[in-house]
Amino acid sequence: MKRVGVFICHCGSNIAAAVDCEKVAENAKSFPGVAFSTDYKYMCAEPGQDLIKKAIKEHKLDRIVVASCSPRMHEPTFRRCIESGGLNPYLLEMANIREHCSWVHPDDKERATFKATELVRMAVAKVLKNEPLDKSTIPITKRALVIGGGIAGIQAALDIANAGHIVDVVEKEPSIGGRMAQIDKTFPTLDCSACILTPKMVEVANHPNVNLITYSEIEKVEGYVGNFDVTIRKKARSVDMKACTGCGTCYQKCPSKVPSEFEMEMMDRKAIYTPFPQAIPNKPVIDRENCRYFKTGKCGVCQKVCPTNAVDFTQEDELVTERYGAIVVATGFDLFDESVYGEYGYGKYKDVITGLHFERLINASGPTMGKIKRPSDGKIPKNVVFIKCVGSRDEVKGKAYCSKTCCMYTAKHATLVREKIKDSNVYVFYMDVRTPGKGYDEFYTRTTDQFGAKYIRGRVSKIYEKGDKLIVRGEDTLLGRPVEVEADMVVLATAMVAKSDAAKLAQMIGFSYDQNHFYTEAHPKLAPVETHTAGVYLAGACQGPKDIPDSVAQASAAAVKVCGLLSKEEMPTEPIISAVDEAICAGCGMCVPVCPYKAIDMKVIQERVHGKTISRKVATVNSGLCQGCGACTVACRSAALNLKHFTNEQILAEVDALCL
Amino acid sequence: MKYAYYPGCSLSSTGIEYDMSTKKVAKSLGIELWEIPEWNCCGASSAHLTDHLLALALPARNLAIAEAEGLDVAIPCAACYARCKATEVEVKNSQEMKKTISEVIEREYAGKTQARALLDVFVNDLGLDSISALVNKPLKDIKVASYYGCLLVRPPRLGFDDPEDPQSMDQLIKALGGTPVEWAFKTECCGAAHATTKSDVGFSMIEKILTAAKEAGADCIATACPLCMNNLDMRQSQVEAKFGKNYGLPVFYFTQLIGLALGLNPEELGVNKHFVNALGLVKKLLEAEGRRDTA
Amino acid sequence: MERIELTAALAQGQELLAEVTRESGVRASKCYQCGKCSAGCPVAFAMDKTPREIMRLLQLGLMDEALQSHTIWLCACCDTCSTRCPREVDIARVMETLRIIAKKKGYVAEKKMDLFHDLFLKSVEKHGRVHEMGLILGFNISGMQPLKDAHFGPSMLLKGKLSPLPHTIKDNGEVKKIFANVRKRGGKV
Ligand SMILES: Cc1cc2nc3c(=O)[nH]c(=O)nc-3n(C[C@H](O)[C@H](O)[C@H](O)COP(=O)(O)OP(=O)(O)OC[C@H]3O[C@@H](n4cnc5c(N)ncnc54)[C@H](O)[C@@H]3O)c2cc1C
Ligand code: SF4
Ligand code: SF4
Ligand code: SF4
Ligand code: SF4
Repeated sequence: MKRVGVFICHCGSNIAAAVDCEKVAENAKSFPGVAFSTDYKYMCAEPGQDLIKKAIKEHKLDRIVVASCSPRMHEPTFRRCIESGGLNPYLLEMANIREHCSWVHPDDKERATFKATELVRMAVAKVLKNEPLDKSTIPITKRALVIGGGIAGIQAALDIANAGHIVDVVEKEPSIGGRMAQIDKTFPTLDCSACILTPKMVEVANHPNVNLITYSEIEKVEGYVGNFDVTIRKKARSVDMKACTGCGTCYQKCPSKVPSEFEMEMMDRKAIYTPFPQAIPNKPVIDRENCRYFKTGKCGVCQKVCPTNAVDFTQEDELVTERYGAIVVATGFDLFDESVYGEYGYGKYKDVITGLHFERLINASGPTMGKIKRPSDGKIPKNVVFIKCVGSRDEVKGKAYCSKTCCMYTAKHATLVREKIKDSNVYVFYMDVRTPGKGYDEFYTRTTDQFGAKYIRGRVSKIYEKGDKLIVRGEDTLLGRPVEVEADMVVLATAMVAKSDAAKLAQMIGFSYDQNHFYTEAHPKLAPVETHTAGVYLAGACQGPKDIPDSVAQASAAAVKVCGLLSKEEMPTEPIISAVDEAICAGCGMCVPVCPYKAIDMKVIQERVHGKTISRKVATVNSGLCQGCGACTVACRSAALNLKHFTNEQILAEVDALCL
Repeated sequence: MKYAYYPGCSLSSTGIEYDMSTKKVAKSLGIELWEIPEWNCCGASSAHLTDHLLALALPARNLAIAEAEGLDVAIPCAACYARCKATEVEVKNSQEMKKTISEVIEREYAGKTQARALLDVFVNDLGLDSISALVNKPLKDIKVASYYGCLLVRPPRLGFDDPEDPQSMDQLIKALGGTPVEWAFKTECCGAAHATTKSDVGFSMIEKILTAAKEAGADCIATACPLCMNNLDMRQSQVEAKFGKNYGLPVFYFTQLIGLALGLNPEELGVNKHFVNALGLVKKLLEAEGRRDTA
Repeated sequence: MERIELTAALAQGQELLAEVTRESGVRASKCYQCGKCSAGCPVAFAMDKTPREIMRLLQLGLMDEALQSHTIWLCACCDTCSTRCPREVDIARVMETLRIIAKKKGYVAEKKMDLFHDLFLKSVEKHGRVHEMGLILGFNISGMQPLKDAHFGPSMLLKGKLSPLPHTIKDNGEVKKIFANVRKRGGKV
């Protein structure tokens, strides 16, 4: 005979105020299989847990129902509790009488009590059918992969490497560094971005535990936490990395000019190039689409001038597969395409630029050697307008969210203009100034007070060219009057948006992203660096707009999670997974494409039927990959798939308890 | 190609040359226009400032007549077009409104017949290629400021062209051999009836547009709306006097420009009916043409 | 400046605001007061309140102030504001709605502009079409400026642009019925 113990929690007054807990406990005594039933003020507290453990012994209980809050909150607590009381943790069932009952029916105690009783009745019926389940273990591969070599990826890699683990960093571009490499000075301290970034780039490149795999992309991801099998496409650099000394002769002589992406196309690079002088690795690649040799078969100048004979036109893309225990995704962000704004000229006015253009304009190694000159005619602008929230907080033409960094970087830009061009006027059109961060608001106050930038509260409605000026029209909403500025240059603080291929990468690895294609954390407050996929962590702006301090902090947090995982030899796996009843599996394969985690394969089994050995196909579930979502169990037409702990029989028992 | 034709009130009086040129040009281009018999006024901005239902019901009667005939309606006047489009969309999107409207106008209108701007019909249905194929007096060396006005391309998503920087008229000018100028006031509002009812405000609005066109280097302005024409052409001398300026900017309906490029007689297109002398420019064009011919 | 007691204002404006919301389909609370509408409005220079301020008045329930403003009459219905509003607030429609309500309540800040539209509709109701000559003459006479724009008259006539006599459409009964039906449904025309 199975002996069930029922424990009703008051949750202080959270439940007890709306539900007569004593009565529920009393009612439960009459349910089939119940050997003991009681209520208590706080079941999760130590005395509550002791109560359960004691009852298990005294009443020889072999299954437990706790009626309290959501299992999301305390299932692990009570599982541990009954385990230490000597029971298999999966012989626990929880009835959620708080979120599902007392909180939603605060005003009708009688009916809420009735509902709580029914919820408990269902839990009892289910727990009677529960089976003991055991966790198994899998070995962990002690190697981490970081995707993206911006500041977030660099920081995560360094922290993991310093903890003694091997890390591979896969970076799409020819150099690591990300956006931070393009930025001139950083708020709120105005220290030079390169000065603080370059040492980190060098450190990560020289770290014995770090492998930089640049100019490479992820091609395929298989496996699961502890053992991800990742295929990486190393794009052909056309330069032998071992032979190349980085002398630069090739790109001085190369005749093909291409607008430089790094310089926001305000300067040219060559077809054989390193994106910027401090690039790491500081060895060039050939951009085959623009290389004269690859386009016409003639040229080969670089090959001729290279003193070490490193240029190799015959190189091909290389695919390598490596196994990793954990993955950190740190692929960063793109900038919103401001050319959707017809009212701002659809991107056709040369002197309407973005913040990132401005960063290059003000950078000593940028196209103007750090002199702020406007792109159209190289004149030094006197009246500079900044417009914030371009593409941000605009649900019609852009994104509904706030990009978080632009308030601060615009204040930085305003300060720099006033500092570098003494007789300049700076106007910042804004809707709000958002500067929560250490030293941030003080920085903004200095921008207006000491540097004299004029902040005008209002969104700009139109920019148009008049002669060599740009007319900017807004409303000063604090005055309630339309205003106009004759500007020489306009800088748009464009929104931070997800990378255009963000969704593709997430689908490849198998984790979720939001409607804006930013990656979704497992919990917005309590698990901000985890994804819903075990072993995959997030760092930096790929998860949402972030500045450098936040990116670095998140990267270190992700690194800690990785180190925690890699510090173990093996890890337990959750036993609530799907299982195939081979006897009734028809081998139709319907379940295979349904599984979002690619956990189901088909295999061939041999069996004897009427004295003959036949072979037939059946489904098989990979216990390492299955996340227990249950999608397959619904897809299976022969009901051969069952999710352990949520079997058809168990669920039907609950339904019967309620309805019969 | 056959359309119901809704000229609207202005085209039988102050905008008569728009009507003349539309009919002439349509004929030359092979577009058949069936004028809605005994059409009524769409109510323009007055109905829509007074009562929402009336503003939908007046255009609905005309649309209903066209619908019975199974024709879409080509509408030259931008204001009429905007009112008719609003009616079409509201009726199409709401069963309830469809019922109400049918009851008020005592005719069936299901929102099937579409209100189409004449410019849209020429540029997108007929096509620029078919037009340019027939051009024999290209508008060589004429710089035109295409003025769409506010109503033709709004509200966005309903319109046939971009609401901020529309291109159809510019493309048409190019197809006619002319040069569209880049300017930022293509869709800036001219104030419609303000010039009559609140002239200081209306004149200021007109002044901004004329000044912008002049600064952009235009020889003339092209428009698709009789209200805009009144404001930019008839009021031009008043605005010049008030602001001490001298524009001398002829204003054409785009249909007149098509007609000129097709080699039609300027008088038949009503070019002589403007307040700002437009014939001078036409003469210059013809003379240049002649020089090219003899050279 | 007079201090506004917000709680009372909100309570007082409640009903009218609900009417504006219902008739225009626009919730004033959507507006986040960015001012883009007012920045692009071609008539803002002549308004006593910017279009954004009208939205603000609605948000706080200060309905009378909104209804008595000149702004709602000066609005040229050009849709620039609605086209550019990042919150998809159809302000032009709000202006239209406010004007209709203002008229019902007898708040007409721009009498002349209102008169024009009245005469216009009278002409439509009578003839089925607008008789522009009659309209301009009527407007200038009722507006006590009989000679305003008169100089255009002769040249208009000469150019064949104005006909001295109105054209009445044959099916005019139908148009009259439309007016009558709208009135039957509570329309104030
Ligand atoms: C104009 C401007 C000024 C700014 N100024 C400041 C400032 O002063 N102070 C401050 O704190 N913050 C500033 N920021 C914000 C700062 O740029 C970001 O916080 C920071 O760059 C985020 O770092 P990240 O590593 O997450 O992303 P990124 O810098 O974008 O790096 C991501 C890296 O991943 C690589 N990658 C992307 N996709 C893939 C893929 N599929 N496979 C492999 N690699 C991939 C990219 O090539 C890139 O190298 C500014 C931002 C802008 C736009
Ligand atoms: S010339 Fe040769 S060694 Fe020098 S940077 Fe180019 S590829 Fe490398
Ligand atoms: S950070 Fe500032 S500028 Fe950027 S979207 Fe947010 S409010 Fe706008
Ligand atoms: S543009 Fe829209 S959101 Fe901005 S103030 Fe105007 S109505 Fe409000
Ligand atoms: S519709 Fe009215 S309020 Fe809106 S921009 Fe035009 S004139 Fe201004």
